[in-house]
Amino acid sequence: MSTRPAPAAENGERPAKTMRDVFVETVTARLGEDDRLAVVLADISADSFAPAAARWPDRVLNVGIREQAMIGVAGGLALTGLRPVVHSYTPFLVERPFEQLKISIGHQGVGAVLVSIGGSFDASAAGRTHQAPGDVALLDTLPGWRVHVPGHPDEVPALLRDAFDSEDPVYVRLSGPTNSRPMPVGAGVHPVRSGPGPDRGVVLAVGPVLDQTVEGVGDLDVTVLYTPTVRPFDAAGLAEAVGRARHADVLLVEPYLAGTSAHRVASALEAVPHRLRSLGVSRDAELRAYGTPEEHMTAHGLDATSIGRAAREFFRS
Amino acid sequence: MTKHSTTTPWEYADLPALVRRMTGDEKHHSASSSTLDVLWVLYDRVLDVSPDRVDAEGRDRFLLSKGHGPMAYYAVLAAKGFLDPDQLSDWATFGSPLGYHPDRMLIPGVEIGSGSLGHGLPLAVGTALGLRARGIDSRVVVLTGDAELDEGSNHEAIAVAGRLGLDRLTTVVVDNASASHGWPGGIEGRFTVEGWHGATVDGRDHDALYTALTTRPAGRPSVVVARVEPFDAPDHAHQDPATTTEERAR
Repeated sequence: MSTRPAPAAENGERPAKTMRDVFVETVTARLGEDDRLAVVLADISADSFAPAAARWPDRVLNVGIREQAMIGVAGGLALTGLRPVVHSYTPFLVERPFEQLKISIGHQGVGAVLVSIGGSFDASAAGRTHQAPGDVALLDTLPGWRVHVPGHPDEVPALLRDAFDSEDPVYVRLSGPTNSRPMPVGAGVHPVRSGPGPDRGVVLAVGPVLDQTVEGVGDLDVTVLYTPTVRPFDAAGLAEAVGRARHADVLLVEPYLAGTSAHRVASALEAVPHRLRSLGVSRDAELRAYGTPEEHMTAHGLDATSIGRAAREFFRS
Repeated sequence: MTKHSTTTPWEYADLPALVRRMTGDEKHHSASSSTLDVLWVLYDRVLDVSPDRVDAEGRDRFLLSKGHGPMAYYAVLAAKGFLDPDQLSDWATFGSPLGYHPDRMLIPGVEIGSGSLGHGLPLAVGTALGLRARGIDSRVVVLTGDAELDEGSNHEAIAVAGRLGLDRLTTVVVDNASASHGWPGGIEGRFTVEGWHGATVDGRDHDALYTALTTRPAGRPSVVVARVEPFDAPDHAHQDPATTTEERAR
């Protein structure tokens, strides 16, 4: 369901693996090495995990279409010292059992690795019920969550392994649309490009919206940063890049609810007068349309043309 | 299995006095707390737990899901040495680890934080599954109320535990007939239809509770419905000082 085929596909080779494929492979490999790891499913992707479930029936658990139980079971597993990986479609992983995330995970003082598929509107033709652009904003109301938004399947394994090794609550947001090339996934923001002299400002692209962001800003002399990790937010990295620009102006491009990280940008730049424009999924109205993910991107101003227009309006010379 | 326990000078007869440290009310019908007898039997005779083993992997797990009105729980924990009885008198103050709902991060020996209803049973299922995966032969007991069963999350967990045959799991439902719409046909049947072993006993009869709580057929989780006086009976009009009408129903 990529918006852009990966280079391998263009060359006529086997289609690149999806983020979900890579997720299943990475978890399955780890189950064989780490008897602390467990998987909890609510039917979604149960087929993909069937070989793992056959091999480790005590640690690959499908509770059926019961998302409250899915999170509660994960909390209980964590209470016994296991590291649960919990997986479903975004709205059924984060929104439907949200109080379970707050109470059965967070309030118990335990962690889990939540891995969603579907992003904001991968299931564009399925309608609002299968879309959850508010997922990261919701988790932002809970303390302690780390949030990763990989932009390419090759970024997924390192982020997952890091999450497996941690005790923290971690959310990994997988999506169909990907960037054409993987980027570094180490902590913090990563430079994508900058002009020869001081730039007019800084663009921060999160996860799978990097390609259209780079295309959209074109030859505008701005610094472009990328991150697949929005929590913790690399305030120092952003402030440093802003400090090198002519103006403390930041264009934030996120693939979920617009402005989800605006408060983090504001905190990062609290020492300097600054301007911020946030692009993302509109908060103003429910988009009652089906169609393709690309059409939804355009409707929310997340296509290259709209991002470019916003950048040219926003940045001062 | 050897049952670990700690000897304290406190007995069942001392529980009302311990509860009164929290209520400050000599007339309070302390013993009327619906959970008091079940909690006592569990901690005195059934669970393999003790204050010096609160982190031991092989301890039994008791999860108080019905976190409302925890005075009986705190009193039993104090009687069994998990709490200093002197901690009871200033409960629910800013610096006290004891609130109107228990918090596992503040009280060693408390397995879960509860208060929001319907979390304990799914957590207990996960705990039972985790112990099974780790090869730890401990049992898991979770206590709910009859009104708490209104929460749909319980029914997700009841079905999952039954189908997975989690025989290390026991649910105790303290039934004081407080569910607004009742449970026509009985509570036990809600579990047995999903494959659980069931028993319904007098929630004030310690020997009956003990027998029910220690009867565990292989391959099936167990439910013990502990029936006590209906909540609004005249003898039991007094409940927790912090109890609201809405909470009383729970």
